[in-house]
Amino acid sequence: MAEENGIKVPSNAKKMTIICTKGSLDWAYPPFILATTAAAMDVDVTMFFTFYGLQLLKKDLKLKVTPLGNPAMSMPMGGMHMVMPNMVGMIPGVTDMASVMMKNLIKKKGVASIEELREAATLSDVRMIGCQMTLDLFELDKSDMIDEIEIGGAATWMESALESDINLYM
Amino acid sequence: MADEVLDAKGLNCPLPILKAKKALNGLDDGKVLEVLSTDPGSVADFEAFCRATGNELVEQDNDGEVYRFLIKRVA
Repeated sequence: MAEENGIKVPSNAKKMTIICTKGSLDWAYPPFILATTAAAMDVDVTMFFTFYGLQLLKKDLKLKVTPLGNPAMSMPMGGMHMVMPNMVGMIPGVTDMASVMMKNLIKKKGVASIEELREAATLSDVRMIGCQMTLDLFELDKSDMIDEIEIGGAATWMESALESDINLYM
Repeated sequence: MADEVLDAKGLNCPLPILKAKKALNGLDDGKVLEVLSTDPGSVADFEAFCRATGNELVEQDNDGEVYRFLIKRVA
């Protein structure tokens, strides 16, 4: 919904909602890429962050990616591709190492950071809703989250979803 | 020719589109934005972006390395 002089007015724009349930570095990309791109294409976007997805709203993001249980994670290295056996993924420190490698790759290839995409989302008026139940469940505090969010529940998302053209679950 | 140039070389999806949208917002209707990109995916993306938003893709070419788009802002 667009805002004019502080009053919410209905818009004729297409609408989309995305439910974000995952809090790892790799899974953070699809919702933020689609939300920012849709907003750039004049779509009204609502993102609902629940369970691990709520981590994506923290002021201080410490996102990680793990090769554990992910046989498709194939990292380019010296012209080859490296796939880590699950056993290796279990060794302490491997998740941190894989996360650093992924972040270096992201920078090298000109891919935006999640912080950048999230800021782009707030600047383009993407509505971000943090799940109240998840806050309670994991004993998280709204003050740890970025200021631009609102807090709501399933019915809050449902209201948006009912009037949306696209509803995605990630 | 272009009224403004956006250098998006080296940037990957969706940054060229996001930056182009921001640049278009700063232009008056009828003005033309030139976007330079090295992302091969930007060809299909700028065509789709213009079809969906109604902005006019006036011209596009590529010299083998850099993709160049001329986008006219349409209200």
